[in-house]
This record gives sequence, structure tokens and C-alpha cells, in this order.
Amino acid sequence: MTDAGRFAVQLRSDLKVFVRNPAALFFSAILPVIFLTLFVSIFGNERAGDGYGNIRVSTLQVPGFIALAVVSASFVSLAIGLTTVRENGVLKRIRGTPVPPWIVFAGRIGTAFVSATIVTAILCAIGAAAFGVTVPSTTLPGLLSTLAVGSAAFCALGIAYTRLIPSEDAAPAMTNAVVLPLYFISGVFVPVSQLPHGLRQVADVLPVKPFVDALTVAFDPRTTGVGFAGGDLAILAAWGVLGLLLAVRFFLWTPRQQAG
Amino acid sequence: MVALPTEETAIEIDGLRKSYGGLQAVRGLSLRVRRGEIFAFLGPNGAGKTTTVEILEGFRPRDAGDVRVLGVDPAHGGRDWRARIGIVLQEGKAQPNLTVRETLELWSAYYPHPKPVGETITLVGLDEKADDRVARLSGGQRRRLDVGLALVGNPELVFLDEPTTGFDPVARRAAWSVIGGLRDLGTTVFLTTHYLEEAQELADRVAIIKSGVVVAEGPPAALGAGAATAEVTFVPPPGVELSELPGGPAMEVFDGVARLRTELPTRVLAELCGWAVQHGVELERLEVTRPTLEDVYLELVQSGDVATAA
Repeated sequence: MTDAGRFAVQLRSDLKVFVRNPAALFFSAILPVIFLTLFVSIFGNERAGDGYGNIRVSTLQVPGFIALAVVSASFVSLAIGLTTVRENGVLKRIRGTPVPPWIVFAGRIGTAFVSATIVTAILCAIGAAAFGVTVPSTTLPGLLSTLAVGSAAFCALGIAYTRLIPSEDAAPAMTNAVVLPLYFISGVFVPVSQLPHGLRQVADVLPVKPFVDALTVAFDPRTTGVGFAGGDLAILAAWGVLGLLLAVRFFLWTPRQQAG
Repeated sequence: MVALPTEETAIEIDGLRKSYGGLQAVRGLSLRVRRGEIFAFLGPNGAGKTTTVEILEGFRPRDAGDVRVLGVDPAHGGRDWRARIGIVLQEGKAQPNLTVRETLELWSAYYPHPKPVGETITLVGLDEKADDRVARLSGGQRRRLDVGLALVGNPELVFLDEPTTGFDPVARRAAWSVIGGLRDLGTTVFLTTHYLEEAQELADRVAIIKSGVVVAEGPPAALGAGAATAEVTFVPPPGVELSELPGGPAMEVFDGVARLRTELPTRVLAELCGWAVQHGVELERLEVTRPTLEDVYLELVQSGDVATAA
């Protein structure tokens, strides 16, 4: 079997584990759908206010919850999943086999891409059918490239973040403690225009807001061209590279709770 | 011709040393494991067992000494080397949401020349559980899956770290038959265990490690026989003073049983039995025992703590 074949077996196995894990499925797929439906139903017809022209909030919320779904499938899933298998000793054992380490990560990153793509498609379909929020076909390249860069960056950050998580029990709390505040200051739940100026400036250099903004560009009916948000993607990519470097340098294969 | 020791030697360790800070965990340990044998590695907690095994498995660097595992220095063991060994860690867990078969299919893909998955399942006795999720297996069944994961790559050498801890006696017997079966396949087994009975049952040779060095090495039976004395025990006939018996003055009585330690058990028995037949009495519960591996182990491990601490 070639390494490409090994990757295929790993990916199939990781996808099975993912769909059989109720918590991962709920947070990555079901919760974004519930949030989108609830929030758009409640606030969707309001106007977004200054900084967004006069578009409806629903046009901002669809990309916001797509961002939430992607971050859940990549950053949250990888951080919790890899911490769990590290503390269980599974990673140490895998290290004892001849499989190249990249296959282990690639299986999980591939799973994040697959689930993010499917959930994005579902959210787009709901947005279009129920709330009239559509992606103009001209900006589809912008949407897809943003999804690719965002998924990759948040996977890298999730892998790197495991180094800070001491135990399996701490993993869900420690990842949510990072992402929930970021959602709030990045325009996922409330329009950024309602936030204090200082907080907005902080959010601008953290990875979630550029991701939401880049997605929003693709959904914004006023966008001309392919919807490629270069500046936002550059910030996202920089975070991705930082995550990758930290992951390569500091990733831990053996349980942290094991003495010695 | 230069001899190629690796052809008959699976593991060679010479003068292995490893310290953590000021603590010397392993201090000049040497041993040889032959190909195709089951080798048991015994010692109390903190003796340096896990450190040694993890160095052999390539998980830990060493400070000094020569180590060859299947002819390769484990500190530089690459993919080809990893493909030839199997590892069962002390605490292993598998993905709870995969079935036994799915787990083994994934792991078999990690290796270049895997054993067929079905064959591995049969080997570890999980045929009836093959399509159950790991979450639904009992502790003993999970441990058998652990062993299966170590064997699916068709290894020449398997490290088993306390493979039967927490097993009930029936499950332990079943695991022993699996491990014993590996010898028939020509697989070398490096077994770490707390259970001396397990070493006695399975191992061709054992090494006892204490304070980071090997204090005894050999076949389990020879280690027991190596201790000088045998013990003759029996219940003294009622109304007979011990001093009337041959060898009587050297005996001690404990819980109503007379014991005599001797290096000449045949002679002691002949005299005792001659006396008993002559006097027409039966020596109840008459036994000659050699020290077991456990006796030898306890004696080695408990003695001389002060001496080695210096």
C-alpha cells in the first residue's frame, strides 16, 4: 500500500469516528444550523447599520455561522480530538508504528474539510431558501478560497493549541474559552458595529473576524469581482503559518498526565 | 568471518545508562534477548523497567551504553525498523467508536506487510466481537485488541508491557495461550510483568532488574534451582518429640508444620522415611519444595537495599 492509500484509509476511518461522535457532530453541524435558524428568525430583518451600508443582518449572519461551523469542525474538533488521543496513549502508540506522522494529521484535517464543506452547503441552502441570502455565482471563487484558507489555518491552530491543554477533561472548556469570546467580538452573534472601537481593533488582528469578513465579502450583494478578500485572507494565512510552526515545534505525542 | 550476532540476537544491551536530573534510573544495565524466545523482564516499581523498555522501543533517548534492537539502534530506528516491531503499552486505549475489525484494518494499513485482519482477530480470540464497537468490549477484550494491534503488522519482535494487569484468572490463561502461541510463530516477545507466575508460565528466560541493574538472569526454573536449599516439610506425628527424629535439632515448627532446610534433600528424606517406616507412623503432608521464582525474586528484591543505595 502506498502512503496515498494509507491516507485514504485514515481519512475514511476518521470520518467514521467523526459521524459516530455525537458531541462533534452536534457542535460542528447541528448547532450552527440551530443558531442560524434562531438568530436570523429573530434579528435577520434588522439593518446592519454603519459600516455595512444598509444591508440586512441576515446577510451578515449566514457567513457568521458558516465561520462558526468551520471553526468548530477544524480548530475545536482537532484540539479536543487530538488531546483525547494523546492522553489516551493512542498517539504514542501510533508513533510506535511505521506510519508517517503527516497521515495522522491529514486524516483529521481532511475530516474537518469534508464536514466544513457539507455544513457550509447546508447553511447556504437554508440561508437561500428561508431568508433569501445567496452567494452570487461571481463570488463563488472568493467563498471557496476563503473556506480553504480558513479551514487550513484553524486546523493548524487547533493542532498547535493542544500543547497548552493539560488533560482530556480540560479540552472542551479550554477550546470553548478561546472560541466563544472570539465569536462575540468577530460579528458572529452581534454585528461588529455594536462593539466598542477598541474591541473591534483587537478582533481585527485575531483570526476569526478576518475569516467572517472574508466570507461576508462573498455574500455581500454589493461586492464586485470574484469576492477575494486579500487583506483578510493574508491575516488568516499568517495565523495559519504561525499555528503550523508552533505545531511542528511543540506538538506532543505522549500523554502530559503521564509522569516522566 | 565476522560473526553477525544480530542473526540470533533480537536485543542487545551493554552498559545502558539513563538519569532524570540527579536520579539514576538505569545504571549500567546489560542483557541479551535471543530471537524467538519469550523473555520476561521483572522488577519492582521504580527499578528502571519502563525506562529501559521505552529506550528499546525508541520512545526515549539514553545517556550512555550500546543498544541494538533487531540490529538497529532504536534512537535512530526509522520506518523500516518500526515495521518489524510491535508494541503493547502499559495503558492502551483504542478509538471507542470503531469496531474491532475497523480498528485492525486501520492499523494494518500502517504496516508494509500486515497479517490478514481476520487472522489477527482469530489469533487474539475476538472472532465473536469482531464487529462490536471498542466501547462495548470488556477490559480483557480491549487488552486482547491491544495485543492484536501489536501483532497485525507481522512483527519479528513484540514488546508487551504488563499485558494482563487487571485480568481475571480465566482471561489471564487465555492471554497466556495467545502469547505462548507467538513463540510457535517464531516471534520474539519481550514481556514486562508484575506477575511472577506469568513469567514462570511463559518465559524461556527472565531478567530481574533492581535499582537500574540486572541482578539475576536465566531460565525461570534455573533461577529457582540456583538457590542453594530445598525445604522438606511435614506434620510431626502426634506424641513424637522433634529431637527423636533424624535431623530433628535443625527443624523449626511453624503452624504445626515442621520444616527443614537442606542442600541434601534426598538424604534427609531417606533418613526421615526410614525412621517413619521403622516406627510404623505416617508423615502427614510430606513435601519437598524448591524455591519458586517468586521466592527468588522476593529475596533478591528485598535484600541489600542499604548496600545498593550507597
